[in-house]
Amino acid sequence: MTSSTMSGTATATDTALWMEDLRVVTHDGTEILHGVSLTLFRGEILGLVGESGSGKTTAGLACLGHYRAGLAYGSGSITLCSREGEDVQLLELPEERMRRLRGSRVAYIPQDPALSLNPAIRVGEQIREVLDIHGYGSSDKERSARVAQVLEEVGLPSTPAYQRRWPHQLSGGQQQRIGIAMAFAMTPDVLILDEPTTGLDVSTQSHVLDTIRMMTQQHDVASLYITHDLAVVAELADRVAVMLRGELVEEGPVGQLLAAPEHPYTRRLLEAVPDLAGKKVLTATNELPTVSRTPGLPAETAEEPNRSPLLTVRDLRKSYGSTEVLKGVEFTLEPGQSAMVLGESGSGKTTLSRCVAGLVDDYQGVVALRGKELANSTRQRTGDQRQDVQYIFQSPFSSLNPRRTIGQSLTVPLEMSQKLPPRERRGVVEEALDSVRLSRSFYDRRPGDLSGGERQRAAIARALVNAPSILVCDEITSALDVSVQASIIALLNHLRAERGLALLFVTHNITLARHIADQIVVLNQGVIVDAGPVDEVLEHPTHDYTRQLLSNVPTL
Amino acid sequence: MIGKLILRRLLVSIFILLAVSVVVFAATLLLPGDPARAILGQQATEERIAALNAELHLDRSPFERYFLWLGGLFVGDFGTSTTTGGPVIELLGDRISSSLVLMLCAAVIAVPVGIAIGIFSALHRGKRRDQVVTWSTLTLAALPEFVIGIALVTLFATSVFRILPAVTMSPPGQQVWELPAQLILPTLTLALVVIPYIIRMMRATMAEVMDSGFVEMARLKGVSERQVIFRHALPHAIGPVAQVVAIQLAWLAGGVVVVEYLFRYPGIGQALIDAVTFRDVQVVQAISIIIAAVYVVVNLLADIAGILANPKLRSAS
Amino acid sequence: MSTVDLNPGSVGDDLKESATRPSRLVARIWAQKQGKVGVILTAFIVILALAGPLLAPLVTGYSPTEFADRPFQTTGIFGTDNLGRSVASRFLAGGLLLLAYSVLATALGLVVGCVIGMVAGYAGGKTDSIIMRLNDVVLAFPQLVLALLAIVVLGPQGWVLVTVIGLTHAPRVARVARAATLGVTSEDYIRAAEMYAMPRARILSREIFPNITGPLCVEAGLRLTYSIGAIASLSFLGLGMQPPTADWGLMINENRIALSIQPWGVILPVIAIAILTIGTNLLADAIARATASTNVETS
Repeated sequence: MTSSTMSGTATATDTALWMEDLRVVTHDGTEILHGVSLTLFRGEILGLVGESGSGKTTAGLACLGHYRAGLAYGSGSITLCSREGEDVQLLELPEERMRRLRGSRVAYIPQDPALSLNPAIRVGEQIREVLDIHGYGSSDKERSARVAQVLEEVGLPSTPAYQRRWPHQLSGGQQQRIGIAMAFAMTPDVLILDEPTTGLDVSTQSHVLDTIRMMTQQHDVASLYITHDLAVVAELADRVAVMLRGELVEEGPVGQLLAAPEHPYTRRLLEAVPDLAGKKVLTATNELPTVSRTPGLPAETAEEPNRSPLLTVRDLRKSYGSTEVLKGVEFTLEPGQSAMVLGESGSGKTTLSRCVAGLVDDYQGVVALRGKELANSTRQRTGDQRQDVQYIFQSPFSSLNPRRTIGQSLTVPLEMSQKLPPRERRGVVEEALDSVRLSRSFYDRRPGDLSGGERQRAAIARALVNAPSILVCDEITSALDVSVQASIIALLNHLRAERGLALLFVTHNITLARHIADQIVVLNQGVIVDAGPVDEVLEHPTHDYTRQLLSNVPTL
Repeated sequence: MIGKLILRRLLVSIFILLAVSVVVFAATLLLPGDPARAILGQQATEERIAALNAELHLDRSPFERYFLWLGGLFVGDFGTSTTTGGPVIELLGDRISSSLVLMLCAAVIAVPVGIAIGIFSALHRGKRRDQVVTWSTLTLAALPEFVIGIALVTLFATSVFRILPAVTMSPPGQQVWELPAQLILPTLTLALVVIPYIIRMMRATMAEVMDSGFVEMARLKGVSERQVIFRHALPHAIGPVAQVVAIQLAWLAGGVVVVEYLFRYPGIGQALIDAVTFRDVQVVQAISIIIAAVYVVVNLLADIAGILANPKLRSAS
Repeated sequence: MSTVDLNPGSVGDDLKESATRPSRLVARIWAQKQGKVGVILTAFIVILALAGPLLAPLVTGYSPTEFADRPFQTTGIFGTDNLGRSVASRFLAGGLLLLAYSVLATALGLVVGCVIGMVAGYAGGKTDSIIMRLNDVVLAFPQLVLALLAIVVLGPQGWVLVTVIGLTHAPRVARVARAATLGVTSEDYIRAAEMYAMPRARILSREIFPNITGPLCVEAGLRLTYSIGAIASLSFLGLGMQPPTADWGLMINENRIALSIQPWGVILPVIAIAILTIGTNLLADAIARATASTNVETS
């Protein structure tokens, strides 16, 4: 075949896979990939970036001749230039020949290893299966040796005992390494990685990414790394392609594209990515009244030294069964202040925020509001206390009743606080919708008609109707695309400035710190390991855990 | 871990059986009338009735009677029949084995056929074949046992073909399985009632498993479709289906009642109907307990099998 | 306002804008083949059963209990039954009671089962275990056996049939209601309602119930099918409706000895029961399909 038409310095011999004008349609004929062209070069990683629904996974799976239920091949071609033998037109192959290429020449690493490993087959056996199907080597012994070898390559123990483990006996990171081992077992020409680190903690992610980079280079594999995370791409990929609604809008070497994006969508995407330095202002927040970044309070508090902080958490403990998830957590929050509670999965951060919100009724220790100790459960708290502390849930897809209108859901807090006569409630709810920048017409719509971002705004509005002093935000942007996240962050900052709200912003994402918080509390396995003003903690972390966290964060 | 789970499950079953016995026993307390008089007839003298009452423990408190009755169950003493005047166990002896034969035959046909058709249907999801299966199962599952039975009788024994006997007529002393031709229609009826449920469950679980991440991954590894089905998908679908199969088999214990009545098959179902018609309480009690016990035991076995088959539980110990 | 574009038509956001409200449930049921056939079959028998008792004397000239000829003759439209009554007349009159009892039993089972299941699912913990264990006790009896037990004690009266069939449905409905409730209870909007201290009864009725109507509708269809089957079976066994009532199940019992010489007395009621149960079962299936995608939303 002729040399690639794509930009780049690679020569024809380096090309491993060549996708030309690929179109994929749904069964009712709607086109969802509108002519995507990509080239993968040996030893190189191409980052394929896009937000949910952009068609990036569909494009990736097409490289294996696989379409998910409801989708079908439209037109276009994919050429595989294998090291072994002739170039082949993948999409014209009969099913049986395509099958023999899957897993041997073109391998796939899935998004969620917990779902992709067969729970009833031992992990060694699952790697071995790839070798058996594709007839690796000439003897059983050779195949067994290869299983052990590839396990070692991905940094896992190769002992028979380890190979005899079941998938559920491994951690998420280990499971993903099994996935990688499986993909590399036959030393393929092309590797499709579909968000393989989503759901992993940053430190685990960092290890998995290292493994992927090392394996790609060592085996001279051409990789397509599908992700929504530009920061990961910046660290890992050689080239980047950006997808938007089934179209490739921009492609280029990673440094060049990130430094000087041409397409407006790429620019907007880049602007929305939070950065640790906090220099960038997320989604035009500069047009908002500036939020005071100084920790502490407006001057008046200094005059009242005896005043209690707005929120005090003292010696908070909570166990589920015999596992203690919170081991004596303490911090305070002043009015108008924004504190980030940072922790990875299992750190107890959600439990902490739910204790504050009164959703956990059997914790030990003290949660006090303005010096007054709160009852554990919201049902025992007074109406005023309930109003003062408002909690926003992680997933906007779950926090609004799908059978009730937004208006009905947003009226609940007013109904329960009994402070307003029923006819005045609608007005208050509509004002709340205004302040989260949702049109008043949303009052009569149901959650099913709303996008994720709109739903999360509605959920924020529900927290606002009772004019609280503290918003507890539990990972409220983690289920959202990065551009939506940016607009939610901007909205929160705006509300803070406008209403003097205090924020308890719970997250796993340290890069948001400078965008949202003045104070930071780092939680690790139920213990606060670092706390203080954001700048101080980020620049001079006192604890190893924080340092490690900071060093593992991928940045643009 | 596993032992603990099984032990727990066992205790639950024992609790349920005890509760069942309380329900069945309590039912008789509600019953008006005098069993001793019913057994001895209207002309019996007061002394004889008093003597029989003492023999049947009817002069004791309900509480004592319950434990005497329960104790009797463990040694095979199911009480005295008011219609025959003899021990219930004598009446039921042969009938229990006859019913078990019928249930077993139906199960042997229904389980493999149901599972096979279910898998077939799931693998051809959305195609014509699948739709034919879906419509047939929907139709069959809707029909009460006696409707299916009568349809079969009309078809094979009376109006269309006259090739099979419509009712069971075993001469005294001969066992039902010595006359296989008479077993065909009752067995077929029971099997046809159970099969649609097994098919539907098998199809649903299999379809769900075929959509799972690990099946997609297996395909993307290059595993052949045959291997995908038999090695990756089927083991996961069989587990949940085993539960449904168990429930259906347990259901057979109740299903035999109508079918036996329809075909005049000499089993416990037939005996139950007779006992209900003649208000022979001890027999009704005994049969209810037996049927409930079969149900509980089959379910227990299915659950234990499920626990043993789950690698997560197996390896946790 | 120096407008801040806080809703920058962001990419993910406008994808769903076009999504419209799902069409009404009835329309979605009718849109399916199963639904159409189910509705037509069910409606046919329901109309027959409702209008039949009025039509019977008009069409045949005999009331359902009047003697028309000698037993098992072929006179009249469909001949005579075991006592010489008009089969056509008894057939027309024989569906109403079956239908009424079945509907009542289903309604009873649904209400009781739904309350039990929702309370168990939402309360969780000990309450849940106790309720579900008691449920298992009732489930250990096949429906028909429990019905027979009740009949032997209380006699084959209408209210006994309705109550016992209804109550034996309850634990089965409760299982479904509980499972559905558990699915909903884990959703954050229930946490939110609790956070605002909404009374528990209102959480059950306002937040949970509307989200489990899908599976409950399916159960209603299924339970109706089984109620019809169970009550007809009891009548067929001679332990349900009692003579001289005109009833399909009882007719089959009365006339099956003459299946080969005068089949109408058996065939007609068998076909009617078959059509009715098939109709309601298809309907249940159509409801299941229609509600499957909308009942609990996933992202």
